[in-house]
Amino acid sequence: MTKNTSQGADDLDAPWITQDDLPVKKYQIIDENGEYDPEDVPDLTTEEFVDLYRWMLVEKRYAERMINLQRRGEMGTVGSSRGHEASIVGSGYALNDEDYLLAMGRETSAMLMKGVSLRDILLFWRGIDDAQKFLAQRNCMIGISVGGYLPVVTGIGWGMNITDTDAVVTAHFGDGATSTGAFHEAVNFAGVLNCPAIFYCQNNQWAISTPFEKQTNANSIAQRAVGYGLHGIRVDGNDVLATYHAMNEARELALSGNPVVFEGLTYRREGHSTSDDPTQYRDRDEVEPWLERDPIERYEAFLKSEGLWDEVDEEAMVAQVDEEFDAAIEAANAYGPRDIEELFVYLYEEMPPELEDQLRELERSLSELDELEEYIERRPKG
Amino acid sequence: MPETIINAINMALTEEMDRDERVVVFGEDVAETGGVFRATEGLKDKFGGTRVVDTPLSEIAIAGGAVGLAVFGLRPVAEIQFSGFLPPAFDQLVTHASRMRWRTRGEWSAPLVVRTPYGAGIRALEHHSESLEGAYAHVPGLKVVIPSTPYDTKGLLKASIRDPDPVLFMEPKHVYRSIREDVPDDDYEVPIGEAAVRQEGEDVTVISWGAMMHKTLEAVEKIDVDAEVIDLRTISPMDRETLVESVKKTGRCVIVHEAPKSGGWASEIIATINDEVLMYLEAPIERVTGFDIPVPLLSMEDYYIPHPPRIAEAIERVAE
Repeated sequence: MTKNTSQGADDLDAPWITQDDLPVKKYQIIDENGEYDPEDVPDLTTEEFVDLYRWMLVEKRYAERMINLQRRGEMGTVGSSRGHEASIVGSGYALNDEDYLLAMGRETSAMLMKGVSLRDILLFWRGIDDAQKFLAQRNCMIGISVGGYLPVVTGIGWGMNITDTDAVVTAHFGDGATSTGAFHEAVNFAGVLNCPAIFYCQNNQWAISTPFEKQTNANSIAQRAVGYGLHGIRVDGNDVLATYHAMNEARELALSGNPVVFEGLTYRREGHSTSDDPTQYRDRDEVEPWLERDPIERYEAFLKSEGLWDEVDEEAMVAQVDEEFDAAIEAANAYGPRDIEELFVYLYEEMPPELEDQLRELERSLSELDELEEYIERRPKG
Repeated sequence: MPETIINAINMALTEEMDRDERVVVFGEDVAETGGVFRATEGLKDKFGGTRVVDTPLSEIAIAGGAVGLAVFGLRPVAEIQFSGFLPPAFDQLVTHASRMRWRTRGEWSAPLVVRTPYGAGIRALEHHSESLEGAYAHVPGLKVVIPSTPYDTKGLLKASIRDPDPVLFMEPKHVYRSIREDVPDDDYEVPIGEAAVRQEGEDVTVISWGAMMHKTLEAVEKIDVDAEVIDLRTISPMDRETLVESVKKTGRCVIVHEAPKSGGWASEIIATINDEVLMYLEAPIERVTGFDIPVPLLSMEDYYIPHPPRIAEAIERVAE
């Protein structure tokens, strides 16, 4: 939707600029009908083309099973990534192990690609704090404060500059995050300091119930890059090849000291989270067309016309994903035992006496107050 | 040559940057001009523009950037020009700095220092005089340090920079240049979390910190009460032992701070004394504080500050 920002400007004498002066294109390789120009296709091996497909299946299957687990009371609140498969996989596939990925929570497959185990993702959504430890070991973090972690991303990029580290840091966030002050300061600051940072907005059109057009008067997130003196791009986030290709270039740009504002245009097919009912605020009419624009089906069409579909044994892939998921659940179920000490010991490197006393007090309550344990619920499982 | 608190800050930063190349100093106007109070003067010439950086006017990004740098293994020392500008940065201190180690179960941490001049008394503009140490000390995982003397300033700042956890270092700007004492060139630390007994006494314990320490000492000199004066120095984590031992001895206590009264850190000290040594008390504990109002603009500012006559009166009343 184009907004009426230029309306009225034509009648004025002074040289006003409007966002219409800088039309932002949507970068696409495979279109909504699965058509593409072979010249635009990135140079990947057959194995890599197939791998992209497999990862999208992983993401999809993971999302479905997480929702099921949540409904069975075996998982805390989760947010489905359905519809985001190309956006997540395309962006994640371009990253290296030493890169940092600070995410909002809808980036499972990108984290798995960085070596995070599926068990640890499950632990995270079960509210088991140790999960962030394991994520951190793979240079990943999930930030729940919307937009709040973007300045941290800038700082990590700044650290990479100071230490001459050959890596990039990427922040994944939603369109809602771009309205926060932290977004503005983080992006502006990264530009001034030439941080190797990629600000990757998965613009899925909805921040819980607030649609993109009520989030900002700007036509796109990508155009904001210009105001900060950064490189910006708006990519069809349902096109895995375009996302991957642009992200790969974004990584090169970031490494050369040019931070990037990257907008992946996609759609959140389901609720914001399992606690959200999207039928309250959006019509089926809006959702339907997006369901038809499934990123996985679009890529399937591409693989077929490239003659690569024979390489894909979808049934075997899903079976393998399910097997891995089953094993991850089993490992998550077996995780533990845990001790209340963990609530206290990690806050400071050395526990202050006050905290030491509070820990002893909790231990005393647990051992002396007969009914206390009964009142302590541990849900969901874990 | 006796040094000021400002000189002591500069000495500490210079020595720590010399000692550890991971230390980086940044903030608004800190590099070219040495900061509005000149605390960082000369650092850029000595250590270069990569380690001493003028940043955009971005309190959120300064604090959040410090978290990222610290996560990446550097030792950031960020300056927030005035404590009145801390609230935007507070989010980063609460949401990320203070809990990074906890969140990642020790895998990442945020050993950073945010320095900020705080407090009233220099005839500054609105938002330049706040004293909200109690609010910051309420955040689990964030250490809050307030020196009152040049010697302590150098030692505490060095300890803060070497501390493995995030430290908010609040500098009493009212006495930035008015208090002088000898500050050795040696490498020494004043440990975080230890209060100092500035003056021993038997009749009443008077607890204070920052610029109010000096008002308190002035008040005590004018009255005929044998007061034990304690400089808290670290608001969080608090040295309960020194406070408790002193009140055990004197049985009486007055707390002086310039922050607003309600919910101020004096409340926490009183609660601690109640927990530990209530039965030793011979009089109710009093507090002499600022009022529950914003710090007034310059023409009325002095009505807000707890001056020695108010402090002296409270001590005499409690000692009776």
